[in-house]
Amino acid sequence: MTDLHRLSIREMTEGLKSAQFSSRELTQHYLDRIAKIDDRVKSYVTVTPEQALAQADAADNLLKSGTAGVLTGVPLAHKDIFCTQGIKTTAGSKMLDNFVSPYDATVVAKAKAAGLVTLGKVNMDEFAMGSTSESSFYGATKNPWNLEHVPGGSSGGSAAVVAADLAPLATGTDTGGSIRQPASFCGLTGLKPTYGRVSRFGMIAFASSLDQGGPMARSAEDCAFLMNTIAGHDLKDSTSINKEVDDYVANLNATAVKGLRIGIPKQYFNVQGLDVEVKARVEESLKKLQDMGATLVEIDLNMTEAYVPTYYLIAPAEASSNLSRYDGVRYGYRCENPTDILDLYKRSRSEAFGAEVQRRILIGTYALSAGYYDAYYVKAQKVRRLIQQDFLKAFENVDVIAAPSAPTTAYKIGANLSPTEMYLGDIYTLAVNLAGLPAINAPVGFDTNNLPVGLQLIGNYWSESQLLSIVHQYQQNTDWHTKRAAIAEENA
Amino acid sequence: MTEAQKLAPSVSKLIDGWEVVIGIEIHTQLATQSKIFSGSSTEFGQDPNTQASLVDLAMPGVLPVLNQEVVDLAIRFGLGIDAYIDQASVFARKNYFYPDSPKGYQISQMDNPIVGLGHIDIQLEDGTVKRIGVTRAHLEEDAGKSIHDQFEGMSGIDLNRAGTPLLEIVSEPDMRSVEEAVAYIKSIHTLVRWLGISDGNMAEGSFRADCNVSLRRPGQPFGTRCELKNLNSFRFIEQAINVEIQRQMDILEDGGRIDQETRLFDPNKMETRSMRSKEEANDYRYFPDPDLLPVIIANEQIEAARAALPELPKARRARFIADFAVTEYDAHVLTLSRELADFYEAVVTASGGAAQGKVAANWVMGEFSGALNKASLELQDSPVSAEQLGGMIARIVDNTISGKIAKQVFGFMWEEGKTADDIIAEKGLKQETDTGAIEAIIKEVLAANEKMVEEYKSGKEKAFNGLVGQVMKASRGKANPAQVNELMKKLIG
Repeated sequence: MTDLHRLSIREMTEGLKSAQFSSRELTQHYLDRIAKIDDRVKSYVTVTPEQALAQADAADNLLKSGTAGVLTGVPLAHKDIFCTQGIKTTAGSKMLDNFVSPYDATVVAKAKAAGLVTLGKVNMDEFAMGSTSESSFYGATKNPWNLEHVPGGSSGGSAAVVAADLAPLATGTDTGGSIRQPASFCGLTGLKPTYGRVSRFGMIAFASSLDQGGPMARSAEDCAFLMNTIAGHDLKDSTSINKEVDDYVANLNATAVKGLRIGIPKQYFNVQGLDVEVKARVEESLKKLQDMGATLVEIDLNMTEAYVPTYYLIAPAEASSNLSRYDGVRYGYRCENPTDILDLYKRSRSEAFGAEVQRRILIGTYALSAGYYDAYYVKAQKVRRLIQQDFLKAFENVDVIAAPSAPTTAYKIGANLSPTEMYLGDIYTLAVNLAGLPAINAPVGFDTNNLPVGLQLIGNYWSESQLLSIVHQYQQNTDWHTKRAAIAEENA
Repeated sequence: MTEAQKLAPSVSKLIDGWEVVIGIEIHTQLATQSKIFSGSSTEFGQDPNTQASLVDLAMPGVLPVLNQEVVDLAIRFGLGIDAYIDQASVFARKNYFYPDSPKGYQISQMDNPIVGLGHIDIQLEDGTVKRIGVTRAHLEEDAGKSIHDQFEGMSGIDLNRAGTPLLEIVSEPDMRSVEEAVAYIKSIHTLVRWLGISDGNMAEGSFRADCNVSLRRPGQPFGTRCELKNLNSFRFIEQAINVEIQRQMDILEDGGRIDQETRLFDPNKMETRSMRSKEEANDYRYFPDPDLLPVIIANEQIEAARAALPELPKARRARFIADFAVTEYDAHVLTLSRELADFYEAVVTASGGAAQGKVAANWVMGEFSGALNKASLELQDSPVSAEQLGGMIARIVDNTISGKIAKQVFGFMWEEGKTADDIIAEKGLKQETDTGAIEAIIKEVLAANEKMVEEYKSGKEKAFNGLVGQVMKASRGKANPAQVNELMKKLIG
């Protein structure tokens, strides 16, 4: 079959179960596509054909014996921030270019246990710091919709592989929008779960109190399948929450759109820099939801101006400490001929960390320094609490909050935004991480350059089922999520 | 004396007009099987890096998980010093680069330590009791070890110790002499072992002290302090503080200024030398560790720990004095360890009860401890059990043997491990209490020593003691000395 990559995850699992095709055929199909197409997209850092085919064969045995799980035999790609035993795990950094992980992240272990087949590891901004995937040591990944544009970031590789049909599913991580923004730029569905819903064990830390893994796929239904696999409490992650996991697939129609109160934050739609076409597509999608029975309620989110400064104190502060372990002593990059331990530290870190990572380490170190800690870090934590309260107050009157995922469509590669311009692009996504809330991106159309636009729905804590359900029903009534980039239409 | 009088601030002993001020930080390793944030074993002395897990190696992506046992041990310590227990204490990261600190930060506690203000009473050699404030005690992980002498031109790193749980106990600057400092450290050392929270093994680094020493003129504000790092024996602690006091005094007497710094003690040269000045000190950039939740402690957990708490040294000393009529000094010595106090109480019981408390104390602290020291044995390795020792004391009390014969019996017991009763029977050491038999001996002695009898009669008291000695000798020590005295006086007339 030449169009296996056009199947939804549900169709794929049905095809495997009914032996219309084997996991080996399916896996080989994707490996062939990667071999043919990825030269242009540059989404994979590492492709693992041997392991993938071995996993596929094991999956086929389970399928034959009737002991397969729901997703057994379905391929996926992992963001290269998840540790994979025996496979290079780089976090997009020269620092870890030689690092082969001795263990599996919990998300990876869960995917393996569910019988999913790992095609490889996909590109990302270095240590997840960036919004374009250009800061990777392995070079920029291209947006499948237009190869001159970025796929977004930091989970740009995850978005690109799905959008180019080089994997049907991908894991991503979201510290300040790193799942939602690339999903938006590449026309995909991507869910950032409630903080603590998906284990962070084995997920290379950027900012521990903000990082959260989640699924990226074409549709809410596809995302629900992967969420069912990766969500859950983990004793190895003290910040993961011991709370029963929903059956996200079973709940796909459980939330009534009729009567749903969708909050529209005034402040969000008056942001300078919000592209008129993005605004128009988002408003059209809200109109559609209104037609389906939802009520739009104008709300206030007053802390908007504090999002960027608060995030860019807390995230770098935690990062500066999290990245201290990359010291050239035990693993990773070590400079040539160090004269002493200080020289080893300084040169290893200066030579192996990219500019954006070094910038954030410096900002974070400064924010935590004696004499500045109270004025910066402590104050930022207080503001963070106010941002959280602002959301909780809003949720007293609405069920979900709508916003664009990003103020623009995908940037051109090499647009060379200043750091502050780039940080402003995160205006719609950062607060969700600061508050620890779940949020989802759904594709809702295109601009005149045929670049995708995304709608973001932000839910209250533990409302992943609700968010997936709303988007699923929207997708039952629209076809934006089925649109494919030209490169995805190519056959291997 | 009332409690308040006993604890009244003592007048500082000045040295050439200088008052010594000492505050102490003690790192004590908590007695857990596994590390504080990983499942690795804490066993001492294994091959390098055989007890270093992915978490201890700070692999990318790994996360710490708190070993809940350390929380119970810290609570127990807090209750032992009558301290405030923070029911929502917070772990913080202390950031610094060092090869044996694999994460580039140490997980410790800063703003909300698990144990807040408490105190401990120390007793000095002269019996004075002084209350020392304990500012706080917090949980943290130990670092690994750098090895500099095994690889040509390179250093090795052993992370077996990295992540070992420590309780850092910080005192107020309440000590005013080296004696008080040593007494404080010994009291804490006794307490942590008493509570079973640490083995206190100083040679293996399970208990080490940093001493902050400064001098001032009485009534003046505190002087600039120097910190003496990682002292791991009581002798070194005493020597290091004395050497440091002298060094600071020499500088101050010459009109000089003390620089705040960390200093290392060199026991070979008997000097301290600068390791790090205040300016060179790291900015540790402490902040709450986002990988760990606050340590929430329920009231029930504290009450359960309180209920399980053993009788503390202070209470036990008071009981020994009240019930067993021992002196304060005796009580202090007998409570230097929980094992010794337990042993002593077992001896009292076996010797017949509370009335024998003082004689039991004398034996435990005297002959018995002397024999242990001489044989370099620990209490648990003693060849004489508390029941045996108490059984022997019972025979002194019921006049079967004299105190002097008892020393012989104890000697046999130590060598042969039998009971006192068996030894007395075998060796025929039973005391002679038959009046007739003793009278017969006295008569013989008096007959043979007429000159001494005359001397005594003419008023020389010493001659009487000589005669008693002769009788005891003739009875081979077995005659009851009290009876001999009484009968002799009657017979001489």
